[in-house]
Amino acid sequence: MNAQPPRPTPLEEFLEGIWRQNPVFVMILGMCPVMAVTVSAVNALAMGLATTFVLTGSALLVSLLRHWVPREVRIATYIVIIASFVTVVDYLIQALSLQLYTALGAFIQLIVVNCIILGRAEAHASKNPPLPAVLNALGMGLGFAIGLLALGSVREILGAGRLFGLALFGADFQPWGVMVQPPGGFFVLGGWLLLFNWLKKRQGRLQPAR
Amino acid sequence: MNTTRLELRTTPHIKAGRTVEQIMRAVLLTLVPVCAFAVWQYGLSALALIVTVSVACLASERLANRLRGEASTLGDWSAAITGVLLALSLPPGFPLWMGAVAGIVAIALGKALFGGLGHNVFNPALVGRAFVQAAFPAAITAWVPAYAPGRFAEFIPSTLTPPLMQPPEVSAWAQAAVDGFTGATPLARWKYDGVLTPATDFLAGSVAGSTGETGAVLILLGGLYLAARRYLDWRIPVAVLASAALAAWLFQLWAPERYPGPLFVLLSGGLMLGAVYMATDMVTSPVTPLGVWLYGALIGVLTVLIRYFGGLPEGVMYAILVGNALTPLIDQYTPPRAFGTGGGR
Repeated sequence: MNAQPPRPTPLEEFLEGIWRQNPVFVMILGMCPVMAVTVSAVNALAMGLATTFVLTGSALLVSLLRHWVPREVRIATYIVIIASFVTVVDYLIQALSLQLYTALGAFIQLIVVNCIILGRAEAHASKNPPLPAVLNALGMGLGFAIGLLALGSVREILGAGRLFGLALFGADFQPWGVMVQPPGGFFVLGGWLLLFNWLKKRQGRLQPAR
Repeated sequence: MNTTRLELRTTPHIKAGRTVEQIMRAVLLTLVPVCAFAVWQYGLSALALIVTVSVACLASERLANRLRGEASTLGDWSAAITGVLLALSLPPGFPLWMGAVAGIVAIALGKALFGGLGHNVFNPALVGRAFVQAAFPAAITAWVPAYAPGRFAEFIPSTLTPPLMQPPEVSAWAQAAVDGFTGATPLARWKYDGVLTPATDFLAGSVAGSTGETGAVLILLGGLYLAARRYLDWRIPVAVLASAALAAWLFQLWAPERYPGPLFVLLSGGLMLGAVYMATDMVTSPVTPLGVWLYGALIGVLTVLIRYFGGLPEGVMYAILVGNALTPLIDQYTPPRAFGTGGGR
């Protein structure tokens, strides 16, 4: 008899992606959109929410279909499901804000190949009933959105002196050119990883792990 | 029982008197005349910049010590050297808050994250400079004239820019202060206007440039002293300067009307400062005899190539950073032959 670990409570399931397994800060997954679209907080938030929608929707479908999908074609099935949701998001953003659509560019379509989504479908949704699967996907998506927003805010504040388009420092602000360029993404991500790891370490010291 | 004590130790058995602190202190001392000359040229602003950047570096080093829970490493003087060198490589009218950013980035990103002195891959001062070059490209190319009349009474207008704010335009102020000032370094004047600055101007220090790069004679004298005391590897500056001169000479042979001579290449920009004080950083330069020559030659040739074909007029900083990045590779492929092994065909 193999000892089953205790089933996580719904709250634990939801919080997993936000803190313990945060896709950006802990798993370092999906770095392509993380680097590319985080030059402003609005772009980052939109990308985060779009990914959350695709993640949650595909988790629900994959979980519902988990007994009917043959093992041999499961990856192809997941991709078709994910691609359908990405198409929905693609048209939705285009209809809501063409400006945002052009700013995000190909990265909306590229959500299809975001490894977080396929990873969650394979590792979690295909093995769990719909409710935990959706809760977990929602947490993961929001964790991803929080990560993107953390990067996007810092880069927009330093790179343009604005946050969500609002000027923070007046007209004389000196923009830090490097922050809206690719190197700035790496600097800021490094800074957040440093902070996140330090916090985790401190938490671990305060209350020893189970 | 007979208990003769036999003390066993590993090598080295004979230690030279040189310690890190001693070498660093000597390097810092040789930088004092360069700083003094810079203050004489640019007045209060240069002094304020050198002090601000150094304080930012020392404070970041102390904070890094605190976070790592280790004893203070301010006493090895390396953070102070980073600060002074960084300040000398910035324009004299550089806003002080940007100088502080450069200093913090230099120590935090360029040194502390790697684990402190001896573990860093890149020269910390150049990491700081490269960061502000990418972040504030306009401010770092705003040059002011040397020997402005009121330099000991007032600051250059851009120096006291409030933090996070854009520095004011200095070209009008500079032209009013010194008649006929063009606002460009000799390298930029050559690159964009085709005007060659005579060598006498360089020796007098009356050209526009970074705070410490125009005192070429003092830099060379400092380098000679350090080389004589064996505090720096004389082969690195020699290799850098010789290869830069050789490359410049070859280009001049090929197209004399287009390229300036070796003397211009040697005297202009930050080549002297970079070759003597930055390329020779013991942590980030190779240790093997052949590797040292390769490293120096690479920096010299790269500098000339970047200056002639790159987008920016000056290339010493990037050349040295590339050299730093290749140092582990150079060391690995140029091991000296141990006596009695190999060879013998």
